[in-house]
Amino acid sequence: MLPMFFWAFVVGGIICVIGQLLFDVGKLTPGHTLSLMVVIGAVLDGFGLYEPLIDFAGAGATIPITSFGNSLVHGALNEAERHGIVGVLTGMFEVTSSGISAAIIFGFLGALVFKPKG
Amino acid sequence: MLMGKQSWVFQNKPVIAATGVTGGPFEANGKLAADFDILHDDLWIDEDSYEKAHRVLIEEACETVLKKANLQEEDIHFFIAGDLINQITPTSFSARTNQIPYFGIFGACSTSMEGLALASFMIDHGGAKNIITGSGSHNAAAERQFRYPTEYGGQKPPTAQWTVTGAGFALVKENDGTDENCPVTVSATIGKVVDMGLTDPFNMGGAMAPAATDTILAHFKDLNVDASYYDLIVTGDLGEIGRNTSYELLTNAGVKMDKEKYQDCGLLIYKEDQPVNSGASGSGCSAAVLYGHLLNQMKKGKYKRILVVATGALLSPMSFQQGESIPCIAHAVSIEMP
Amino acid sequence: MSSKQKKKTPEQQKYDILQKKHETKRPVLKNCLRAFLVGGIICTIGQAITYFYIYFFNFTEQTAGNPTVATMVFLAMLLTGFGVYDHIGQYGGAGSAVPVTGFSNAVVSAAIEHRTEGLVLGVGGNIFKLAGSVIVFGVFAAFVVALIKTILINWGVL
Repeated sequence: MLPMFFWAFVVGGIICVIGQLLFDVGKLTPGHTLSLMVVIGAVLDGFGLYEPLIDFAGAGATIPITSFGNSLVHGALNEAERHGIVGVLTGMFEVTSSGISAAIIFGFLGALVFKPKG
Repeated sequence: MLMGKQSWVFQNKPVIAATGVTGGPFEANGKLAADFDILHDDLWIDEDSYEKAHRVLIEEACETVLKKANLQEEDIHFFIAGDLINQITPTSFSARTNQIPYFGIFGACSTSMEGLALASFMIDHGGAKNIITGSGSHNAAAERQFRYPTEYGGQKPPTAQWTVTGAGFALVKENDGTDENCPVTVSATIGKVVDMGLTDPFNMGGAMAPAATDTILAHFKDLNVDASYYDLIVTGDLGEIGRNTSYELLTNAGVKMDKEKYQDCGLLIYKEDQPVNSGASGSGCSAAVLYGHLLNQMKKGKYKRILVVATGALLSPMSFQQGESIPCIAHAVSIEMP
Repeated sequence: MSSKQKKKTPEQQKYDILQKKHETKRPVLKNCLRAFLVGGIICTIGQAITYFYIYFFNFTEQTAGNPTVATMVFLAMLLTGFGVYDHIGQYGGAGSAVPVTGFSNAVVSAAIEHRTEGLVLGVGGNIFKLAGSVIVFGVFAAFVVALIKTILINWGVL
């Protein structure tokens, strides 16, 4: 269990450093950087490389936004196995619904409860 | 009267007879807090949106001007003002409140001097006897329009600046000899748009420095003076980077001036330990610092002749997304104690 | 984006060089170290939450991802609402933006900010102002990747 904490910290940290370099050296906006990282996550899962990273680093790979791209591809491929090409479309949101639904629900609740502090 | 290529001389020396300066919590903790008439301890000012609070800052500044001048809104001929918010609605809504015939103007952060130049010209040529002019800005309203929601965890680079929450307004009136110890406007130079191809919206100072330089050089040429004529040349909100850059540009152009004489409102208003990166910005910055601190200093005898060069970056979030660079402008007004 | 920018004139290029002398450089190394620290900590907290769900709620390694992400989103909402996340973001940069908490912050901060324009047009219309690109590009990239892979599998190439 302990080694997993260490690798979660290190791998998560490294993925964030890549993001920081895209910010500071690449001069990309957060929108561009995060969109790029999501695409990278999707592509890595296409090559079958992201799941092993998750096995190795646990939350260090599931928490960064790259895992969102990975989950989308995963869900799509799972459905495609069962239903062919149509499954690519239907399967995508099965796996990631928790992240987006949670963000929408908590975002809306937050808007009802909180006021911006400026 | 036209002087040179792009300047006016105000032969009748319009008087800045009264001023009103309002600010928010950051300004209350800043270096110039004592020069503000009204300071608020939160950004909402009992309104239900930042834009409405922005309007209140402007209204309170104008009310303060009227109170100090012992006049009513009906006595004022024109209201010349603007701000940074889309369609300058906070200023327009304050004009709805004060019911003074209104010129809404937009010069981004150079609006204050654009207004003062126009007001002085009108007074000087008998187009009006009393004009209220100025500008305001609001940090959160500007952030949510130009950059990100205020609670977003975006990381600002060290070149970024902090928009002032504040407004500065002045009564400009014809000089009939009755206003004791009041500064007068002597001349103005209207800037043209200068765009050196900079594209980083987080580095306004670097983008605006050439415009400030261009207007200052045009002013010296049109009026046939040099830096030694003034006790202080102060820019609106160039910040650390813009000030250093424009100082080098001016020096390269042959201007001889001690750096001490060349100040920036954005660097005067806050303390060293306030997290403002390169300095303050916003259309309220030059207005609040000039109509509060600088004129107070002039009345105390510290400066006799100053040149105020307000600088503005004329971009929008959309122009940036469309790959446009940042065109800038600077307007200068010279103010003297008689 | 750079292809859309106009070519700079010699005068503009000269100014570029002069201006860069005075432009405060971003502290890249310091920012990267902070991003590593903050990002690492957030992921470690995520790992702890994952184990919490596995041991106390009968989730497995595979299924604990969903409640973990939802929990992180909730925590980020609280930090955003209490005005703390923007300070974490200024300090940690990508370390706070890249984890899913950054996604949550982007959604929640936009929702909170636009409450003043009403729930339907303000909150509803702006909630994905910042995070929308991530969803759009994630979905579209995944669509392309999955489509290509599925076609290749069907043709017996993979």
